[in-house]
Amino acid sequence: MTSIDMPWYLQLIVAAFLLFGALVALIGSWGLAKLPDFYMRLHGPTKASTLGVGCTLIGSLIYFSHQQGGVSFQEALVTIFLFATAPVSAHMMGKAALRRRLPGVPQTRNMPDR
Amino acid sequence: MTPSPFRSRQFWLPHPLFSLFLALLWLLLVNDFSVAHALLGLALGVAIPFVTHAFWAEEAKIRRPLPLLRYLLVLLVDILRSNLVVALRILRPARHLQPGFFLYPLALDDDFAITILASTISLTPGTVSIHHDAKANTLLVHALHLEDEAEAIATIRERYEQPLEEIFR
Amino acid sequence: MIAIVITIAMTLFAVAALLNLYRLAVGPDIVDRILALDTLMINSIALIVLADIRMGLGVLFELALLIALMGFVSTVAMSKYLLRGDVIE
Repeated sequence: MTSIDMPWYLQLIVAAFLLFGALVALIGSWGLAKLPDFYMRLHGPTKASTLGVGCTLIGSLIYFSHQQGGVSFQEALVTIFLFATAPVSAHMMGKAALRRRLPGVPQTRNMPDR
Repeated sequence: MTPSPFRSRQFWLPHPLFSLFLALLWLLLVNDFSVAHALLGLALGVAIPFVTHAFWAEEAKIRRPLPLLRYLLVLLVDILRSNLVVALRILRPARHLQPGFFLYPLALDDDFAITILASTISLTPGTVSIHHDAKANTLLVHALHLEDEAEAIATIRERYEQPLEEIFR
Repeated sequence: MIAIVITIAMTLFAVAALLNLYRLAVGPDIVDRILALDTLMINSIALIVLADIRMGLGVLFELALLIALMGFVSTVAMSKYLLRGDVIE
């Protein structure tokens, strides 16, 4: 750890990104563990976990850009990749769940009968 | 005399935008903006679409790049907003939630535009697109908390689909 | 300051990973388990990146990119298998 030479405002920004990301990702996983049916559980990981990890990666991008001089783009690539793929995997898993006729909670509106 | 297929742009460079994208991606991946890597990236950008173009559908036409930029900004703000909304709903007891499915009738007909719309729906407030019916041209959407079906459809229509129509048509 | 924040963030992500493991163990359906594995992959990317900052290496993002790739491809392949009983059509 050689973050001593980092100016305090940059440290603050990096710390804010890391903490916010970790909190949001934790809420996403909490939703995955607690929500009652599969279709509702799908919401937590697709949104919260993706944004949480995205924030962590952006914090890391700022940190390493300062440490190594110049901007390092690889973290941004991972973030973009995650944001582009999360909806696709959610779509595929939702389709598979519909195909297996997983039941929703009783109060679900317009449950498709496929 | 018909022109030889080996001399046409269609043959050698089937997807110019995709080639440019690949070259840029290569530069970002190696994180080294030297001339040598730019040439290598361009070579890959020409070679990869040339080898794989049989797998690719028609390239979507981006008519106006400026609304696309605005669309991405709106999307970024909405992702942040939707995460707050979803986080609050997850933290509340689950019996207050009213989940539901609804069918969203699509006005778009371009495959690429529909893909972007479906991804947008999945990333924004409390909705996940689950199934695309190509015959009826509808999307099946699951909402974490569905109060008013017509209102949800109208929001998606004016906030995301109309800008996309403007961009791709 | 960053060292403390990284410790806190790693703890939060570790708790998130434990919650995913709980869903992986409980199920009830195989699709739930796929979803749990997918989320576990995403959380492990964050853990790798945080470990990278902590050790001051700056070289582990290739690992993060590979795990993101593997997670996506395996999730889609497993869902596809459940949909059609076949991975490649």
